[in-house]
Amino acid sequence: MSSASAKKLRPKYLSLRALLFEIRLPLPGWVSILHRISGALLVFPFAAWLLYMLDRSLASEQGFQAVNSYLDLPLVKAGMLLFIWAYCHHLCAGLRFLLLDLNRGIELPAARRSSVAVLVVSLALTAFFGARLW
Amino acid sequence: MKRTVVGAHYGMRDWLAQRLTALLMALYSVVLAVILVRGEPITYPVWKDLFAQGWMRVATLLFAVGLVWHAWVGTRDILMDYIKPDGLRLTLQVLALLLLGAYMGWAVQILWR
Repeated sequence: MSSASAKKLRPKYLSLRALLFEIRLPLPGWVSILHRISGALLVFPFAAWLLYMLDRSLASEQGFQAVNSYLDLPLVKAGMLLFIWAYCHHLCAGLRFLLLDLNRGIELPAARRSSVAVLVVSLALTAFFGARLW
Repeated sequence: MKRTVVGAHYGMRDWLAQRLTALLMALYSVVLAVILVRGEPITYPVWKDLFAQGWMRVATLLFAVGLVWHAWVGTRDILMDYIKPDGLRLTLQVLALLLLGAYMGWAVQILWR
């Protein structure tokens, strides 16, 4: 107990400049921080946005058509693309973390390969579902 | 009642819940993606009928419950990591809970209107 409470003050270098330009994350680090960012984006605004569209599209035939033409707007399509990427990345990275929890692929070379796989597969899935959307 | 708030295994339930809800949502996502991609073109009657079926409503409700639970664990983790002032963190946590609660109510409203 006493060793835990006697905390040493350590120097920190977490300026915005350091975060943006000086700290170089390894690939598994990118997968991890993107998992956080995508998760936060999915909670807000994407969950609210999708609930709104689900609500309107199920409410009436006119609502369904309105959502359809809404989805044709370029800005909305870009937003949907970002949503699809966030969802696919969060899912793929999450599955990787589940495997890591089970001690699968925890050696460095395997962890690097799986993080490349997560980035590539989620981008490929985004391209696939994005193409379906268009 | 003795309650240990530090040390090993504290937070185990949240950790496990986050992972089990993740699997539940992954399963739902795959099923829905297959329906959307392989089924007939989505017109209003097809869309309406899909969400009129009992199993789809219950599955979507389970997805929503899983999402809200999962998102709460994740949001709390993020707020604990980055927001240090207690008052601000508590405020944001309450706002997150209200938001997730509102999602839940909205989802129920959409599914059983």
